[in-house]
Amino acid sequence: MAKTDVRMKTEGLNIYYGPKQAIKNVTLDIFTHRVTALIGPSGCGKSTYLRSLNRMNDLIENARVEGQVLLDGVNIYDRQVDVVELRKKVGMIFQKSNPFPKSIFENVAYGPRINGMNDKKKLDEVVERSLKQAALWDEVKDDLGKSGLSLSGGQQQRLCIARALAVDPEILLMDEPASALDPIATAKIEELVYELKNTYTIVIVTHNMQQAARVSDYTGFFYMGELIEFDETKKIFTVPAKKQTEDYITGRFG
Amino acid sequence: MQQSPDISNTLMKKRFRIGEFLAEKVITATAFLSFTFIVLIFVFVFRETLPLFSPPEPVATVEELGEQETYGDLVLTEAEQAAESKEKNKDHVDEGVTVENLAGDRWQPISGKPKYGLLPLIVGSLKVSLIAVLLAAPIGILAALFTAAFAPKWAKEALKPVIEILAGFPSVVIGFFALVVLATYVQDTFGLQYRLNAFVGGVAMSLAVIPLIFTISEDAISAVPKSLTEASLALGATRWQTALKVILPAATPGIFAAVLLGIGRAFGETMIVLMATGNAALTSADPFEPVRTMSATIGAEMAEVVFGETHYHILFLIGSILFLFTFTLNAVAEIFVRQRLMKKFRGD
Repeated sequence: MAKTDVRMKTEGLNIYYGPKQAIKNVTLDIFTHRVTALIGPSGCGKSTYLRSLNRMNDLIENARVEGQVLLDGVNIYDRQVDVVELRKKVGMIFQKSNPFPKSIFENVAYGPRINGMNDKKKLDEVVERSLKQAALWDEVKDDLGKSGLSLSGGQQQRLCIARALAVDPEILLMDEPASALDPIATAKIEELVYELKNTYTIVIVTHNMQQAARVSDYTGFFYMGELIEFDETKKIFTVPAKKQTEDYITGRFG
Repeated sequence: MQQSPDISNTLMKKRFRIGEFLAEKVITATAFLSFTFIVLIFVFVFRETLPLFSPPEPVATVEELGEQETYGDLVLTEAEQAAESKEKNKDHVDEGVTVENLAGDRWQPISGKPKYGLLPLIVGSLKVSLIAVLLAAPIGILAALFTAAFAPKWAKEALKPVIEILAGFPSVVIGFFALVVLATYVQDTFGLQYRLNAFVGGVAMSLAVIPLIFTISEDAISAVPKSLTEASLALGATRWQTALKVILPAATPGIFAAVLLGIGRAFGETMIVLMATGNAALTSADPFEPVRTMSATIGAEMAEVVFGETHYHILFLIGSILFLFTFTLNAVAEIFVRQRLMKKFRGD
């Protein structure tokens, strides 16, 4: 696989929660239209790292970030950066599906609406397009007025993906998007990730190594806040360079 | 499987734990006792209202008026109380009260021809409560929204307890403040004819209602899952958009309940209105005229009324109306919080 353009990049990233250091000096490249998987045992900092990419860590009271996170060469932690605009470009899907207590339509239309889109016809278009992209349209097209919470777990997660896609992000961050789902729903999400990477750049955190192997082009292995190894997925899973990576992948700890 | 001797030594010795048993019984009894008290108050208030609606007894044997009735005494059995009530009813020749009289717009209970029009009292209560809630609801809700959704941790830790302490503020102090300071200030500012009026009462009352609305709204807003806030922010919504379009709608049932309870509090609150509204039973829509509320009427007149007289029973009728009103509000509020809110997050 030929290396493509670097879309995002972290340089010497350190993240602290109070006195505790959660991420230690991580330098990593995220390539355009590729899926980058972050794996590692619980508490290794992979979610923290992911959340730093669209500054969701800002919400955590005593979190502190050092180093650079570059998006198209711009440090997103620069004082001049507008967080709201950043998050429109860099969308996020959470571990636990979190649809709003609103109708399916309103869930997807939420993003466009807060950006000032009020035209009913345009909203209809965006909602349909997003739901189709999220492979949910066929299942819900007749009950767009039903509550988003009435859907099954897997459908809810795809609704959240549709909602994120509706604001036209360029990068999607997925924080263990399938960890709460059954195998069939998980397979659907994975298929979706595979489809979406043609249009979006995706970073996915996962617990599930098979999942990382199946969906990703690049894999980073985190352990105790450090990036142990980062390479093409097939290399990581066949000929890992580091002993720790190998131990983790072969299930010797985790 | 063979029972091992070890396990039958420890496991098979069911013990009677006396402390456990007693504690359980005592808390059970306490719970039912408080419930019983409330029911008894209910029964008492309504029973004292009832004679109004039964036809007056034709024969009146006048007895000594000096004997004291002991009403709050729970030792009396129901039957005894009923008997006493009947007996007392015979003591006075009341001409009773007609529905027209009650529906009138004059409250003159101590004139030669007593007029028991409840309209001015109901209008008074509604007017003061409305003013109080119109002021308290936006302030209480916005303060709650700030505290729950925007405030940094230190501000939250300072604001919430302080406002909650205000909820326990003695209403007589608020009434006194309204009577002495607020009334003069309002009169001077707006150039009013009357110092004490519905507006002053409403403003003072809002001080008592704000903490209540604040506390319940704050709980409702804090209960909105953080994941919804994150979802909204991750979509590129600003904090204010998130608060307005995600958090507030999700917390609406709770906030609605808070406002209902606020109305209930304002409706039943006595001391503040007694001190700050002027207590003239006028029926008008003007917020700057004095009013007499239902609660203040009971508060002011109950001590001087003749036991068992029509006036006495009318005061209980007013009490019953207040009771029913606040009971209904509380019930609706409860249903809203319990059922709507839960439903909303479960998504049926």
